[in-house]
Formats: sequence, C-alpha cells, structure tokens
Amino acid sequence: MFGVGGGTCSYQEIETTDVILLWGSNAREAHPIFFHHLMKGVRNGAKLYAIDPRRTTSAMWADTWLGLEVGSDIALANTVAREIITAGLHHEDFIRHATRGFDAYAESVEPWTLQRGSEITGLPAEVIRRLAHDFAAADQAQICWTLGITEHHNATDNVLALINLALLTGHVGRYGSGLVPIRGQNNVQGGGDMGALPNRLPGFQEVEDPVSRGKFEALWGHPVPYQAGKHLSLMLEAMETGEITALYVIGENPAQSEARSDHARHLLRGLEFLVVQDILMTKTAELADVVFPAAAGWAETDGTVTSSERRVQRVRKALDPPGDARDDLAIISGLAERMGRGWGYPTAEEVWDELRSLSPNHAGMSYRRLAEEGGLQWPCYDEEHPGTLFLHGDLWDDPLPRHPAPFFSTPWAPPVDELSEDFPIRLTTGRRLDSYNTGVQSGGYSSPLRTAVALEVAPSDAHTLGVAEGETVRVVSRRGSLKAPVRFDRSLRPGLAFMSVHDPDEVDVNLLTIDAWDPKSGTAEFKATAVRIEPVG
Amino acid sequence: MSALPTAAERAAVDGHLGLPQSAWEGGEERPEDAVLAEGGFRASQDRRQHILPTLHAVNDAIGWVSAGALNYICQRLLVPPAEAYGVAGFYALLSLEERPARVAHICDDVACRNQGGNKILSDLEGRSDVHPSPCLGQCDQAPAVFYQRAGEADCVAVVTDTDQVIKVLEGGKPEEVPATVPQAGDPALRLLKRIGRVDPTSLEDYRRAGGYRALTKAIDLGADQVLSEIKASNLRGRGGAAFPMGIKWEAVARSSVTLRYLICNADESEPGTFKDRVIMEGDPFALIESMTIAGLAIGAELGYLYIRAEYPFAQSLLENAIEQTRESGLLGDDVDGSGKSFDIEIRRGGGAYICGEETALMNSIEGHRGEPRNKPPFPTQAGLFGRPTVINNVETLINVPEIVLEGGDAFAAIGTTQSTGPKLFCLSGAVATPGVYEVEFGITLDELVDLAGGVTGSGSIGAIMLGGAAGLFVGEDYLDMPLTFEGAQDRKATLGSGVVMVFDDRTDFADLSQRIARFFRDESCGQCVPCRVGTVRQEELLARHCGGLPWEDELFEDIAQVMIDASICGLGHTASTAIRSVIDLGLLEGSRG
Amino acid sequence: MADITLAVDGTEVSVPVGATILDACRVLGKDQPTLCYLDNLTPVNVCRVCVVEVPGNRTLVPSCSRPVEEGMEVNTDSERVRHSRKMVYEFLASSVDLSLVDEETVDWMVRYGCDPDRYGPQADPVEDRDQRVAGHHHLGDGSTAETVHQPVKVDNELYIRDYSRCILCYKCVEACGEDAQNTFAIAVAGRGFDARISTEFDTGLTDSACVFCGNCIGVCPTGALMFRSEHELRLAGMWDEDDQTVTRTICSYCGVGCNLDLHVQDNRIVKVTSPMDHSVTSGHLCIKGRFGYEYVQELGDLAVTPIDQVLRRARVPDRDSSG
Repeated sequence: MFGVGGGTCSYQEIETTDVILLWGSNAREAHPIFFHHLMKGVRNGAKLYAIDPRRTTSAMWADTWLGLEVGSDIALANTVAREIITAGLHHEDFIRHATRGFDAYAESVEPWTLQRGSEITGLPAEVIRRLAHDFAAADQAQICWTLGITEHHNATDNVLALINLALLTGHVGRYGSGLVPIRGQNNVQGGGDMGALPNRLPGFQEVEDPVSRGKFEALWGHPVPYQAGKHLSLMLEAMETGEITALYVIGENPAQSEARSDHARHLLRGLEFLVVQDILMTKTAELADVVFPAAAGWAETDGTVTSSERRVQRVRKALDPPGDARDDLAIISGLAERMGRGWGYPTAEEVWDELRSLSPNHAGMSYRRLAEEGGLQWPCYDEEHPGTLFLHGDLWDDPLPRHPAPFFSTPWAPPVDELSEDFPIRLTTGRRLDSYNTGVQSGGYSSPLRTAVALEVAPSDAHTLGVAEGETVRVVSRRGSLKAPVRFDRSLRPGLAFMSVHDPDEVDVNLLTIDAWDPKSGTAEFKATAVRIEPVG
Repeated sequence: MSALPTAAERAAVDGHLGLPQSAWEGGEERPEDAVLAEGGFRASQDRRQHILPTLHAVNDAIGWVSAGALNYICQRLLVPPAEAYGVAGFYALLSLEERPARVAHICDDVACRNQGGNKILSDLEGRSDVHPSPCLGQCDQAPAVFYQRAGEADCVAVVTDTDQVIKVLEGGKPEEVPATVPQAGDPALRLLKRIGRVDPTSLEDYRRAGGYRALTKAIDLGADQVLSEIKASNLRGRGGAAFPMGIKWEAVARSSVTLRYLICNADESEPGTFKDRVIMEGDPFALIESMTIAGLAIGAELGYLYIRAEYPFAQSLLENAIEQTRESGLLGDDVDGSGKSFDIEIRRGGGAYICGEETALMNSIEGHRGEPRNKPPFPTQAGLFGRPTVINNVETLINVPEIVLEGGDAFAAIGTTQSTGPKLFCLSGAVATPGVYEVEFGITLDELVDLAGGVTGSGSIGAIMLGGAAGLFVGEDYLDMPLTFEGAQDRKATLGSGVVMVFDDRTDFADLSQRIARFFRDESCGQCVPCRVGTVRQEELLARHCGGLPWEDELFEDIAQVMIDASICGLGHTASTAIRSVIDLGLLEGSRG
Repeated sequence: MADITLAVDGTEVSVPVGATILDACRVLGKDQPTLCYLDNLTPVNVCRVCVVEVPGNRTLVPSCSRPVEEGMEVNTDSERVRHSRKMVYEFLASSVDLSLVDEETVDWMVRYGCDPDRYGPQADPVEDRDQRVAGHHHLGDGSTAETVHQPVKVDNELYIRDYSRCILCYKCVEACGEDAQNTFAIAVAGRGFDARISTEFDTGLTDSACVFCGNCIGVCPTGALMFRSEHELRLAGMWDEDDQTVTRTICSYCGVGCNLDLHVQDNRIVKVTSPMDHSVTSGHLCIKGRFGYEYVQELGDLAVTPIDQVLRRARVPDRDSSG
C-alpha cells in the first residue's frame, strides 16, 4: 500500500494493540499461528471485532461478531468512515500532515449514513456506530484481512476502503497500529517482491520505469520488456481470444483453482503448447504437453520465502527429491541453456546475492544474516540495517519526507452474481484448518479433522428445502451445477451457504463460481456466487 | 462432544443463570442472531466464576452432571468443556456419573470412625449410594452423615444406627439439630453469647441482643479509625496461620488498586473442627455484621462468603441473614446510611479440603480447579481476580464487632500479650461434654479438658490431637501447656484451628494414622509432585507397617521432609506432622527403635 | 536495566527487575533442573525440582517463578535443596515411566543419587485411571508402589498419548490453552494422585475440541505425547536419533512464515518441531505445518523402503496399543 505491497505491521505488534478489526478473515483456521499472536493481544486486553458473513471459529473469540452481507464490505467501511467523521473522531492533524484527498473522500462517504449502511450490510446501526467509535478512539488499532476482502470483483476497492479507515484515524505508521493483510501462501509475498507481478521488477520496481529497468538491463546485458504483462485473469482472456497460444505454468493449478473451472480447463486444452512445472501430477499437468517434475521448494531445495510480515526467511533442503525431479532453478537454468541463452547453474545464494544488488529493499539480507537473525523484514538497505518492524513511520515525520498518502473514493457495488428468485442462496467459499487450496499438498496426509466436502447450510434452510443432513443435493449456479452432500453448520445464517475449496476432484466448487474479476488485481469473485439448492431424486 | 441437555438439566442451568440471551448461547433464535453475536474472551472471563454454582445447580436438581448438562453449561458460560470437566471432577460432591437420587456420605474420620461411623459403613458396604466421608464438622455429636438428595436440599444428620441412614436413603426425612454450646448462658461469653439464646433467623432478635451496634459505631469512627482499633487489638488469625489481622487489612486498605475484595473463609474442613459451623448456625447475623465492618474498613464493595458444601444448614441461615440485612439497608448500595456500598455473595464449596487454603479458595471462586497458587504474590497484593484481597476465617471475623465496641486496647488486654482476645476450641473425642468452648488465651490444656467434663472412655489419656489432622498428637505431658500461640510454639505444638480431640489409651493409633494418611492422599489437589506422590508413598509405608513389616523410619523421614520443604501449600507441609507425632509418642507398635 | 543485585551460592549477580531466580542462575551459568518450566510458557511451578533455599523463607522456593529481590541470598545446593530435588525425581521415577526424558534430567537424577526402587516394586498398569473420582481411592497393602501406568491411547493418525509417561507438568495444557493455541481440548481432571490430563469425559481426541496442532507434543518433556510416526518406529525398534538430521526451513502452506525443523531419517520426515526462540512461532505450529508434510514423501508411489513400511502403519486411525 502507498506504493509497496506489504503488510505494515509485524505480528508482535498485535499482541499489545487495543482494537482489532478482523475483517474477512478466518485466521484461526487459515492462519493459525498469526491467530496465536492475535489471541495474545486479546488476552492483553485488545477488543476484537470479527467482520465476516459466517460466525467462524475466529469470530467466536470476538467481543462482537458482525455478520455482514456478503460483498457489503465497502458499504460498511464507508459507513464507519462517515460515522467517524460525523462524530469528529477523525485524526485531523494526521490527515492534514500526511494525506491528500480527504475532502473528496469525506464527500464520497457522506451518503453513507448509519441507516443506509445498516440497510446494505444488514447490521444493526448501533453496532456499526460502536465499531466506528471504538476503532477511532483506540490508541492503537489494526485492520487484518485476507481473502474475504480480496476475492471479490472489486477487491482493490475493498482494500482501499480499509486503507481509508486507517488514514482517517492515523492508525498506520505507528507501533501497534496498521494494516495487516495475511497472505494465503508461503511465498505469495516473496513472489510479488521478486517481481512475479505483471508490472513489477524485483523489489517493487516498476517495469515501465526506465531508470529501474536500466539497472537490470545493465547487469543482465539484455533488454527487459518495457510494458507491464498480463495477470492471470487477463491471460485467460487472451487465451480465449487466441492472443495467447502457449503457456508455461510453474507451481500453479489453474485447471482447478480458477473460478468457472470448467471454462478454464477448456481454455487450457485449447492451447497449442502447455508446459507445467510442478512437484505433483496436478490436473493442470495432466493437460500439459511437457511436464517438468520439480523438487519441493521448502524441503528439497534451498532458497528464501517471504512472510506476511515482510520477513525473508531461508528454506533449506532436508530431503532428496524423488526420481528425476530437479529444483526450479536448475530447470529454468537448463531451459535457458537449451534456448541458447545459458547463464550457467548458479546456486540459490548466488541468485539471491544478485537480487540484493538490484533490490535496495533486500540489499542487507545476506544468507548469513538470514540464518543468524531468524530472517529479516524488508526494507533492509545494508548489512548494518536491522530490517523494518513496521512501514510508513515516515508519515509521522515533520516535515513529511515523502508524498502524502492518498484517500481514494470507494464506491460500493454489490456482488456481480446477483441473488434472484431462481438463485436465492448466497454461496461463499473458503479454507479449513487442516486443508489447503486445491488439496494437492494437504491431501497427502491423513487428517482426523477432515470431512468430505459438503454444501454447508443453515439448518433452517435445510428444513425449508426438506433436506436432511448427509442427503445429496444439486447445487446450481448460472454457470454450472454439481452434487454434494448437505451438512448443517450453525455458523451460517439462513440464505448463506458455504463450501470449502479443498477437494475439487470430488466436489469442484469452482464449477459454480463466477469469473468476474477485479480489473486491478485480477482476482475473481470466489466469495459471492448465487445458487439454488435442489433435492436430488 | 455433542451431547445435549435434557429439559430438566436445561431448566436447572437456566434457573441459576437466567434464560440465555441469544441463540448462540442456546436460546430461542432471534433475528439479530443472524448478524450479531457478543461474547468472546472478555465475556468468558466474566462468566467463568459461575461455573461451580451452575454445576451445583445441576447436581442438586438432577443428582449428577451429564455430558449434555456440562455442554450446556459450557455454552452458557463460554467455558471449554475439557476445562469444565476438570473443574467438576475436582470436587468430591459433584458426580459426573449417574448415581442414585439419594446418596449418603458417612463420616469415618478421626472422631466419627470409632463412634459408629465405621460400623454404619460396614453395615452398608457394597451400596452404590453410600460413601465414606472425611470429617463433616459434627465431631461433638458423632457419627455424622451428609445426604445429597436430587431435587431437594442437602442435609446433615447425626445418627445412632444404620437403619436411620437406610430410612433417609429410601425417602425419609433426616432431622437437623440446632447448634448449641455447652457454655450457653455464661455471662463471660463474648463470641458465643447469643448462640442458643437468640433466634438465628431473626434480624430483629439479633439487633435486640446488641447486634449491629458495632456497625453503627464503625461507620461513626470511619475506616481509618476502625483499622487503628484492629491493629491495636493485636488480633491474630484463627484459621491456623495466626497472621496479624491488622497487617492484612492495612495492606489492602492502603493499596493503590481500588477494586478490592473481602473473603470470609467458611470452608471449615480441618478434621475435628466445627466452631465456625456452630457460629454460622447459631449466630449468622454476627458474621454478616463482621464482614460488613471489614468490607467498609478495607474499601471492598463485595465480599464472598465461601462455605463448605457439607454445611447446608449454616448456608441457609446465612442466606436468610443476608436477605434480611439487604432488605434493612444494612447491605447494599448505602450500608446503614454510610453512603458506602457493600454486599455479600455466598459461594458453596464442592467437597474439597484444599479449598480451605486461601489461594485454592480464590481459584475455586474464580471457576478454576481449587489448586493453591504459589506465593508471593500474597492475596493482599494480588488475590481474588488478581485484586487486593483480605481473606479471614469465620472465627477471626466475629471478633471484629467486639474490637469495635470495646476498643482495640481493651481487646488486647484479654488473653496474653501475644495471644489476645477470646479463643474458641473444639472439644471432642473422649471427653464428657464435647462442644465448642470459648476461653481466654492462656488457659492450660488440662483446664480446658476439665471444662469439657474430663476424660471419658478408659479414663486415661492415650494422646490428644491438637489442631486437627494438619496438627499433631501430644501426650499427657502437654496438659500443663498454656493454650496460646507462643505457648504452643515453645513446645513445638500448634493450636491450628483449635481442635482438641482426646483419645483414651485404648485407641488404635495405627488405624488412626492410616486414616489421616488416607485423608491427605484423598485431599491432595495433585498439583505439585511432593504432595501428590508423597501422600501416596506415606500411605503405602504406613500400610506396610500396619501389615506387620518393620517401620521404615528413614524413608518416612525422607518423604516427610520433601513434603514440608517443597510442597506448594500447607496441605503438603503438614501432611506428615500428625503421623510423625504418633511415631514419636511411641503409639505405633514397633515404630520406634 | 540491571538493577537488582542478589547472591547465588555466594556469587553476586545483577539482573533486571522482574527477573526470576532461575534467570539469575542462568546469568551465572548455573542452570537449574526444571521439568515443568519452559521459556515459551507461563511458569506453573508445580514440579518443584527447581527449588532453592532462600533464607527468610520457611520452605524452599521455586526458582522458575520466584522474582528476585534486592539482597536475596540464594542457595542452590544446600542439603535441603539436594534432598528435595532427589525426592521429586524419585517420586516421579517410582510412579511414571521416565525412560524417554532428556539426558540432562538423567544427569541430575544421577547427581542427586536417586533410588526409585526403594518404594518397592512398581504396581502393574491399570485401565481405570480415567474413571477415578476425587476423594476416594482403593488402598492396597503397600507392597507395591502405585504408578500411573496405563495403556497407550492411540485414537488418530497423527499422535499418541502415553500417559504412563505423564509427570503432570501442565505444559500440554498450557500450550493447548491460553499460552498458545487457545483450543482447550485438554485440561487437568481428577484430583490428587488420580489427577490426569483429559478431554471432557475422557472422550477420544477426534470427538474433542482437539485441532491436532501437536503443540502439546512440542512441549512434552517425557515422550508422553508423541508423533504417531515416532511411536510406530519405536515399536518397530527403528527410531534412531543418531541417524537423523534436523533441517530448518519454512512451512509450505499459508503466508505466516512458520519455521519448521524437519527431523529426517532415511530420507523421510519422521517428526516436525519449531524453534521456541523464534518470534513467529515461539515453537508452536498448526496441523498443516506439523503434520502436512506427507505429500513430499508419498508412500505409495515410490520405491518402498523399510521405514515406509512402518510409517504406513501410522496412517491407520487407531490400533491396539500393545503394538
């Protein structure tokens, strides 16, 4: 945010903060060790608000659970903002000193009265008011979120709406206060940091910035493409139009993980050439022309990953990979060699040291330091630099040494897949504690907690439909249908259904989901699908 | 665990806690439950202290606590089931298994076992509704039986034969005997003066007999002056540790933390002790008045009265007393027009001797297992709910009105310089007139036994148990010992809780020692290794000796020493002292030399 | 902020306010024996093996939790201290299976001259410990020393509970509860010698609140809680720590970045722990981090080695505890 993609806080800060908004996150199941830190905060007196359509196991620990309508997050955030401004609880000094665009923003949230917010979110106005006042009045406060915010068609606006709240109250750039997106994968942060984004070079340097690009070109002795590339959703579009005909997939399973997965598989099948590099024979690999068996990054190779608190940490080889599998670096280097552009076979550390020479954020992180100091948090500019606990402290410096942080107007739009008479049930998806994404990894161990993927519904909805627990039903969306057994879940209210995403071989929930995606992040709206439930015979 | 409560169990829980406020807590579905739930960590902290009373509510109504009932309690109080199970199972009187609707707990402890307790137990051997019990605090009228009756109030009765027990188990009504004291009518009495003479159910009678004059005077004096009088009185705690009361009170009164608590420790469970019961049954208003003066003096607005479950009659009288005093404005937001607030909540124990230990008692009130805490911090620094807390036992507290009325200096003139004031002793065993006796500190043991009519049985003293199972046995050579803290200390004895239990020379001291060893093993909380295992090893060692094997003195001494040195609390520290004294007196055949 | 000075065995040392006697001992390089103490858990001071003598205190005091005071004189090796430590170890060794405690503990036991046999032969295992009620017990004739020996609980694929090895140090309860996981699947139940770690009504782990994070295993000092893989390998006589490597890496699942120590034997992960001194985990993990490694050693598809045959047995939810 404000130019860099990383959570502003360290985990330890939540242990002493005063108010926590856990927004669209079931951290207790999806990020259990982060939740340990969060619970330390709660035990130290922090007030916890959980904002989630489901009363999850995380929300059970909240002083107050707010079960908002799926996709009404911006409505809630804007209402909270208006209430804070109306009550005069916004941080005027901070806003004047460190931000820009406040007046336009204030105007944009003006229509969001408690009453309107209450109508759109379904939440009692008094509770929204209480949240607004507690958050604004807190000495330290954090907003933590995950996919409940980002798996929407307006994901970026969702995030901006939360950032606005932090700017409004000055809850950023100070110890204990900040914005905490918890990453879903062990190196999603590191991947972005390393330039695995369509528009970035390593270290968040802009592809389209000639100065940045020049550094890389000078070292590599080769021009770097000067235009931003495509994110995944755009790639799928390009595959549909025939613009893309060949695809090289590394460690991703789009045949099962994409929304409207049958459509994605259709597109993958239509490619002229598909290369998949993976540690297991995924459904995507089954469609490939060439498969490179890869070593598992975390246990069979050396390297680094970066966590949600911007901590770069070492992964190390503990096992010999099976059969002919090689680590990713060796595969890519070998490929380069066969393409006539070989650069030899550098070690992971050599590659890392090159990165350090190009990315100022990582310059101080030698392998030696990473080992001795239990990882380092970027930015870490040189070998003496201790790394950075929290970001944007300079927003409080006088005079302000940087551009002021911008407010953005965040208009609310309901989920694309609207509820209707034919599709009256809101289906949302998510993760479970013992399983992970499409189950490629987590399916490998026997978990006593695991239950077959089911359509989870409020008991009263099941009664209305005349369906018993365990009975198989057909779930139909505007795009597809599937059969699944029904399970009762008290954390769901009437009209809301839930499915986990972990066993697409058995129940492929992404046959139902919509591929409406956020134009800025490319993330599809996995969290909001309109369905109906039909008894089967 | 997904077991559900029966309607009756739910009613018992709701009867105690009120109806659930949301569907999340087991109530009717309300529209807002779909979008809102309050609870979480803070709520669970606030509610936890209701767990023991709620478990009691179910145990009282149903006779036991099923998995379904436990789950519902957990849902209401936001307590994890494993924790609730651990709390429930800590208490001997809560049953986690289905059992007969009526259960008799027959005392076979040191006083009752040879006065009929053992015989009744052996007559009823094999019945699932009959259990042996540690001391029930009725030693002056042994043997005693404690009945639990599903759907009806618990009660205690003194019986003379086995048939009486069977009749009650089959639905009969046990008889409760009002408290009396042998010295009733003696004008010299201070603490016992109203017992047997003033109606314990009537605030009016209590006031007519001088009650609540002390509170009025205390309010006039103000907290600081009351504190000065208490300090001047040099009153030392009567619970066993003999700590100066004024120092405790002052530490809390001067604390920078304003939320403070008072606790009255009425968990009188030391075998041979029954004085607190007699006070509570005979003069309950006196205790309420004493607590009120204490609460105002230390700046506490809430006092907890923690009473052992085996004293249901005393509890009902205290409940009545609290209700009447509240109605009269002597408790509540404006105590007797003082502008100050003080109220009292009663908490019932669950059958656990260890909860008489002050920090275990606090854990019990807080809804945790009654495991003692390590000290420091002391209760005056961080006691109940982590707040500064004064905890005094019943006898200690009822001296307070005397001190306020007479003045601290006058009170200090009673007894000796180091042991001031009147003192209650619990006389039982082989004496002609067992009961609670009030004397001035300084009377000798001999004089006290004479006061109780002298030795009966064979007429010759075998040994006298002083201070209860946690105290020790002394021989005839101690009869000239003055009964003061310092007098006991000089002779390496203890007054403990004021137990004087006389055994004649025909007593089977091996059997008695084994009963005491069993008692400590049964009552050890199990938290620390020295006591948890030491009490077992001690019992095994005694069993070997009583089975005919030679006495293992070195091993006994090793076990005793680690319990004394390294246990967390007084239970472990004293678990071997009585047995050691039996050995030293040569009362265990072949145990010396 | 070294502002409290005390003497340990005659040597002066200064430590910060709030430090414990144990901290002060460690500053002097005089580590004390501990069983229930762990740096990442709240001290419960129940084992009493760390007790020291401090003049002015009637009894010995637990060094793990007693804050230092100015001018305090601590004796860690007096006759009373040695006696209590020896007895605590003897009490435990005579009632609990300590065969898997760490070497340090064994060294202390030797140093203090423990003789657990002097309480008589150990009593046989019993099946009823989970049913025992507070305030009552069956008294034997003293010819055997009562123990906590009982059958191993094997009710899932991931870890076993062998409470014959349980010294009741409360660590697992703290890790499951308020010090880390906040799951509260287990608590201390019962009372006295019959006190035990239990789920509600001794229900199986799979019916309890357990989320199989294994943080209880991570803190258990006696092997009472153990990876199923380790349990099976031990039963098969194949557990070989000398042949194992331990490699630190990062969990492959979510983005929190938990440090894992992979214990590898014969190119197979046989156990996963986490460093206690790391700020991210403090030694604690979730089910995925601790147990979710099987996908890198799919046992079915590869050449099956002897160790795989044993590890396969660990994938059966429950089994006869006799092995």
